[in-house]
Amino acid sequence: MHHPDFVSPYIPNTESDRQSMLSEIGVSDLNELFSDIPEQYRNPTLNLPRPKSEFELMSYINQLVSMNKVPGDYSCFLGAGSYRHYIPAVVRSLTSRGEYVTSYTPYQPEVSQGTLQTEFEFQTLCAQLTGMEVANAGMYDGSTSFAEGALMAARITKRNNIVILDSVSPSYIEVLETYTNALEGINIEILSLDELANIDEDTACILVQQPNFFGYLEDMQKISEIAHSNGSLFVVYADPFSMTIFEPPGSFGADVVVAEAQSMGVAPIFGGPYVGIFACKQEHIRQMPGRIVGKTIDQDGRDAYVLTLQTREQHIRRERATSNICTSVALIALMTTIFMASNGKKGMKHIGEVIYHKAHYLSSLISDLPGFTLPLEGTFFQEFVIQCPIDPKVINEKLLDYKIIGGLDISKSIHNGMLVCASELNSIDEIHGFVAALKEITLNLIGEK
Amino acid sequence: MHVNSRRLLMDRSVPDRIGTTLLTCDVPIQPLPNNEIMRKDFDFPEVSEGEIVRYFSQLSQMNFSIDTNFYPLGSCTMKYNPKLNDEISSNPGFANLHPLQPESTVQGALKLLFELQEYLMEITGMAGISLAPMAGADGELAGMLMARSFLLDNGGEKRKTVLIPDSAHGTNPASAVMAGFKVVTLPSDSNGNTDLMALKELANDELAGLMITLPSTLGLFDSNILEVIQIVRDAGGVVYGDGANLNALLGKVKLGEIGFDVMHSNLHKTFTQPHGGGGPGAGPVIVGPRLKPYLPAPIVISTTEENSTTYSFHSPQNSIGKLGAFHGNFGALVRAYAYIATLGDSLGQVTTDAVINANYIKSKLSDAFDLPYDRNCMHEVVLSAKTLKKDYGISALDICKRLIDYGIHPPTMYFPLIVEEALMIEPTETESKETLDDFIEVMLKIALEAKESPDLLHDAPHDTPNSRLDEARAARQPFLRWKRSD
Amino acid sequence: MKDYKYSKEHEWVKIESDQIVAIGISPHAADTLGDIVFVELPEIDDSVQQFEQMGEIESVKAVSDLFSPVTGKVVEVNNEVIDQPEKINEEAEAGGWMIKVVLSDLSELENLMSESEYKQFLETEE
Repeated sequence: MHHPDFVSPYIPNTESDRQSMLSEIGVSDLNELFSDIPEQYRNPTLNLPRPKSEFELMSYINQLVSMNKVPGDYSCFLGAGSYRHYIPAVVRSLTSRGEYVTSYTPYQPEVSQGTLQTEFEFQTLCAQLTGMEVANAGMYDGSTSFAEGALMAARITKRNNIVILDSVSPSYIEVLETYTNALEGINIEILSLDELANIDEDTACILVQQPNFFGYLEDMQKISEIAHSNGSLFVVYADPFSMTIFEPPGSFGADVVVAEAQSMGVAPIFGGPYVGIFACKQEHIRQMPGRIVGKTIDQDGRDAYVLTLQTREQHIRRERATSNICTSVALIALMTTIFMASNGKKGMKHIGEVIYHKAHYLSSLISDLPGFTLPLEGTFFQEFVIQCPIDPKVINEKLLDYKIIGGLDISKSIHNGMLVCASELNSIDEIHGFVAALKEITLNLIGEK
Repeated sequence: MHVNSRRLLMDRSVPDRIGTTLLTCDVPIQPLPNNEIMRKDFDFPEVSEGEIVRYFSQLSQMNFSIDTNFYPLGSCTMKYNPKLNDEISSNPGFANLHPLQPESTVQGALKLLFELQEYLMEITGMAGISLAPMAGADGELAGMLMARSFLLDNGGEKRKTVLIPDSAHGTNPASAVMAGFKVVTLPSDSNGNTDLMALKELANDELAGLMITLPSTLGLFDSNILEVIQIVRDAGGVVYGDGANLNALLGKVKLGEIGFDVMHSNLHKTFTQPHGGGGPGAGPVIVGPRLKPYLPAPIVISTTEENSTTYSFHSPQNSIGKLGAFHGNFGALVRAYAYIATLGDSLGQVTTDAVINANYIKSKLSDAFDLPYDRNCMHEVVLSAKTLKKDYGISALDICKRLIDYGIHPPTMYFPLIVEEALMIEPTETESKETLDDFIEVMLKIALEAKESPDLLHDAPHDTPNSRLDEARAARQPFLRWKRSD
Repeated sequence: MKDYKYSKEHEWVKIESDQIVAIGISPHAADTLGDIVFVELPEIDDSVQQFEQMGEIESVKAVSDLFSPVTGKVVEVNNEVIDQPEKINEEAEAGGWMIKVVLSDLSELENLMSESEYKQFLETEE
């Protein structure tokens, strides 16, 4: 329905503009411009509400927001692939500049040096963080980077078996399955650490998450050796902050390192948009998916940046492209770039250390609670598994009354298991409050039994 | 600007500088693990905050953007991105939500997603939708994986061939292959429509389906679309619609009503999610009844009991699976929601004006430039520099680079591949007639310059931070990151 | 007159000695591609088949398959064009040679065009 009095601020044409243009075009009736649309289907009704003003929409949005329980207001101990950290003001300030937000993909380099040079910086920082030689300009997220890493390993080795360690997040395994189900010949095998010795000459790669889904560090050296002595590639999904204090996968000879960069300057925003890091060895750059920015010079000999090795990509290689991906999630990558730059060498390491201390302090308190244990051994970083005396689902429901969002219920993987995460944003009071609530809830409920 | 303003972070780095504050650790320090696994070398920048602000601000000024320039990029729908949408998306009540929070704690967010699902299904005349795909190409992959599952469930194991027009965007064949199909190119006829004879010949029992963009990348609405769809469906194939050009169809036709089984929509095109210099996007996949059971997980459903409605995530029984770790690009979906809410049932005006604007440009430029298809276009028009090339040695590239000197971002060039020296112009409905007239004036001026002073075009652009780049060098000697110089 | 033979896919063949031939792409092909940035060639001891794909060649904005004009075994690869692909643009028929192959069957050369036939072929392609 067309409201005759409605004028959108996003549509400048007035009736007079339209009449003037239609007469220039040489049509008397607007419908002539749509005459190719079969008449019986033309001009359907759009059953949508009437247009809202900014004020009305904001009021409605505020209503919706009030239905949410928001971390910050609630203390939150959820991790599992999305992490809340402090975002310096400079990140939002710079990334809200219209020249970054509303610019297009930098196919015309002369008018996109801002985007191109900042993407080059992102590539540099990702390579430095992961200890790898090169990185691309960004992928949808960590999980799809992981899947693409596996497919790249299959292309490079010309082998068909993708082996993935059983300590990788079930979500990432699901994504890998979505990416490989339709590809004839490609198989996924989920193996435990002990079973890795069984890989064969058709194994393209071993996929490992570091720290793993349960929060614990894997033996990088050992797995790297198993993979390489078999001619397979070593593909690692790594947590960004874990690489500020622990040796990154690049130091263990990883062939591909991917990561979810969200924890570095991007709000959790209910799951996306995030940005995936994809780093690899220089010798494999022609098999890398995604956009890549390279340095060159212009006609006057000045330094300049440009999208390069584009022949890998879908717009040139079409059905033979390394991937169908057509984005580098540039603006989100920019947020992480500014975050990494402003924190820098000292800040990144500092946050990594504080996270470590917070998580370990919390785990030591919980392990002292009656009925709670830490069932897994090894070194963890920011998250760890606790075994609860009762169903974690019940505990989490009760925790909401304390304005606490508890850890992830992983009882499907570990009986009564909960994956608990701490960051520098969980104050000592929040941590104590969480522990006290766990104690009170379980005592009450155990008492009830 | 001084050459040093282009210096990279690592070259600006000075030990002991820092760009932000360090917060205090308020818990007791914990024992660290053994030294072997702790990181020893960490080469990262050390730059002060002011320097970061100046550096990144100066760099931003080297970009063209919709906020600062007219951007008639065909097939990209570079329309104005409302600031209201940014504000809504950055509301802390959305921004701080963790994707794995209990559903009872995110009812506001889920309700918004549910309503967006309803809006997009209404706009496209479809029966089901998933907001999970994180980009248009991701939506294409999802759609083709769904087609594959549907065909396998219906005895179509032999159906391996997907037909894709010669004018299609590269993501179409790339996505089809990732979904396990092989691709056969479908030619267009001299009117820019699907070649019906060629289609009939290829519509056999190995046909999996057709991927088609409507209107096409030529900006033309296929005059025979109903017949095209019928042929494919009669042969047992699935009809996929690339929704990149949805800006031409709002309120004018619903793809679900004319027989499309599945499509995706690029929210960063039609629905104002900002392009961000190359993402993030969002590409919801929207389906008719046949493919609904296969939607990627999760979708949002509503349950009403007594008088209250709750919203939750749901994984369709025959879902093709998850496309990403979580459930889609919420930050982008919110913006599309806000945009649709502010236009409401007047959304059709968007298309009306997008189409008028494109035809206006066409009528004013079709003398100075070649017009490969002499018929009404939709929201974009494809011109060609073929004659200019023949007569004056001026290519589409030269014209594009010269436009930059006039502060206008070049249109899409050399695409679609079937038009020589192609220039694809999409003004969108958010540009005023004055802007269009300025653009027309500049294009006519350039056409004259092509004849009278071609060097101006060959050497363009003249005033940008960089002149034409040596792209061959970048590909021959890939230099992809900062390295410490020896 | 050069003793080069040409295929429809714009590759040339030059007899070096005995049954060894050098293979490259024609200047026309190099011009059409534009600035060549990368070439993927078979390795020494690989087999190639007449008119089958043997590698790829890339310019900044395009990629093309390379088709072997003869059947045989690769005995030499020109590393110079791998390191400096621009050599193919500069000297397509001389220093821009790509591989040398020992032929299985000399009579295959009859399936190729002479220089004048190739010139004619180019004209009809226009």
